Amino acid sequence: MTTVTSGTPDTAETPAPARPSGTGRRVPYWLLLPGVLWLLVFFVAPLVYQASTSVQTGSLEDGFRVTWHFATYWDALGTYWPQFLRSIGYATAATLLCLLLGYPLAYLIAFRAGRWRTLLMVLVIAPFFTSFLIRTLAWKTILSDGGPVVGALDSLHVLGLTDALGVTEGHRLLATPLAVVCGLTYNFLPFMILPLYTSLERIDGRLHEAAGDLYAGPLTTFRRVTFPLSMPGVVAGTLLTFIPAAGDYINAELLGSPDQKMIGNVVQSQFLRVLDYPTAAALSFLLMAVILAMVTVYLRRAGTEDVV
Amino acid sequence: MRTAARPLRWLRRHLVVIAGLGTLAYLLLPNVIVTVFSFNKPAGRFNYEWREFSTDAWTHPCDVAGLCGSLSLSLWIALWATLGATVLGTLAAFALARHRFRGRGGVSGLVFLPMAMPEVVMAASMATLFLNTGVAFGFWTILIAHITFCLSFVVTAVKARVASMDPRLEQAAQDLYATPLQTFLRVTLPIAAPGIAAGALLSFALSFDDFVITNFNAGSTVTFPMYVWGAAQRGTPVQINVVGTAMFAVAVLCVLAGQLAGRRKNRRRGSRRS
Repeated sequence: MTTVTSGTPDTAETPAPARPSGTGRRVPYWLLLPGVLWLLVFFVAPLVYQASTSVQTGSLEDGFRVTWHFATYWDALGTYWPQFLRSIGYATAATLLCLLLGYPLAYLIAFRAGRWRTLLMVLVIAPFFTSFLIRTLAWKTILSDGGPVVGALDSLHVLGLTDALGVTEGHRLLATPLAVVCGLTYNFLPFMILPLYTSLERIDGRLHEAAGDLYAGPLTTFRRVTFPLSMPGVVAGTLLTFIPAAGDYINAELLGSPDQKMIGNVVQSQFLRVLDYPTAAALSFLLMAVILAMVTVYLRRAGTEDVV
Repeated sequence: MRTAARPLRWLRRHLVVIAGLGTLAYLLLPNVIVTVFSFNKPAGRFNYEWREFSTDAWTHPCDVAGLCGSLSLSLWIALWATLGATVLGTLAAFALARHRFRGRGGVSGLVFLPMAMPEVVMAASMATLFLNTGVAFGFWTILIAHITFCLSFVVTAVKARVASMDPRLEQAAQDLYATPLQTFLRVTLPIAAPGIAAGALLSFALSFDDFVITNFNAGSTVTFPMYVWGAAQRGTPVQINVVGTAMFAVAVLCVLAGQLAGRRKNRRRGSRRS
């Protein structure tokens, strides 16, 4: 029998007790077979098909054939670079807003909520269960031209300012970049709050006391102790919001106008309406490449600071 | 000076609470709107402006053509997708959490990728496969697509639970002459159960609510999210808000009931120990 030396078996990387017998060694493969087979057929094979589609030429009538026509990528990028830039811009703005809005709530639940903690967590998660399309449609009501939000912001002269900044237009909110970013922020906010909460909750409260004992003010404590220790949550949260937000097309479709189209909208219309499969496939891969590049750079930068 | 500083100091001390509750209000505002507008009697096809109070939509939820059909289809798909993803995912999670074997890193990456990919990309690639192989779009393609994207979430949830489990418990069971099957059924499975339940619940919610992947792989089949999407263009019946409100209420009640049950169980356990 193996002896157990590790006192903390809670990380995924903890070596599991291996069974030495010959038949036991095959157990993991049998367990994995159905799931991996499923993913190979319905996740990997589709990507291979899509890769091959992206270098095909032809038409719906005559059929498509692989001609290694890599120019599709170049053409797609040349035509749709504004939508790419917009997607990155909107997703970045939404991610930053999520962090700004989500951090206080995660902090509140982790350190200040006391016996209200469970209720607050339920209220963060529960909106998930109402169809997100219905909730996004509700923003149409909230942001509507004659609605109280537009009225209040207009009387405070906020809309004049945002008009000047170019995030709204004509003293209205719907069908403007601000509406789309607001929708994106709203839809992906829980994905920011949950990892932030998880990492904040792990922080030992005594560290705050220690910081106080060493004459650190609340702000210094936050900047030097709390925030650095919550970095894993910040990194996970920003990735979980940025990636889906960059590919989203629901918010731009429901809350924006044709001027706010993101790259997801283009993929959707190329695939389902124009039926130009090669362009849709090329755009998909370009989107993945852009996201992958940004995530790699981000992870490298977030990792080199001595935060974790 | 001092009297002006006091509210400021109060504000500074409670800044986190105020900002946090503000964010919570932002999160819940659409749910409030959905609930309020479920009691509306709109004048036109769209339910965006408040007219007059009415409970018609609550008393006649199925009066709109296609709505209840799409709802039951979505529930049905979510049920099967949950079952499929939970079985496949749990098996894989046990292998990944409990065994070291060649290719483990590769499999972990394979499982992680579907979660790290924008939904449109996955949706379009799956539709490409079905188009190329000539599979007819409909119930089966939706179900396959849903199982695929739920699978990763189940693996992650179950793996986390199984990995945090103390292996000494199983060794203790074996020391007490439990057969491998008994050990699995009486020790391992009960410990893993909350992870499996979490994965299943997540699968159900994700499958029921999925629009993007369904939109690409449904053909002319209409699930509930697709019905809502169509309604956003044609006209939004009040009944959509009724469904949204009911889903929110059921979710809150289920979670609170679960919490209460858990607390009572803990208290009983605590009193027995003392």
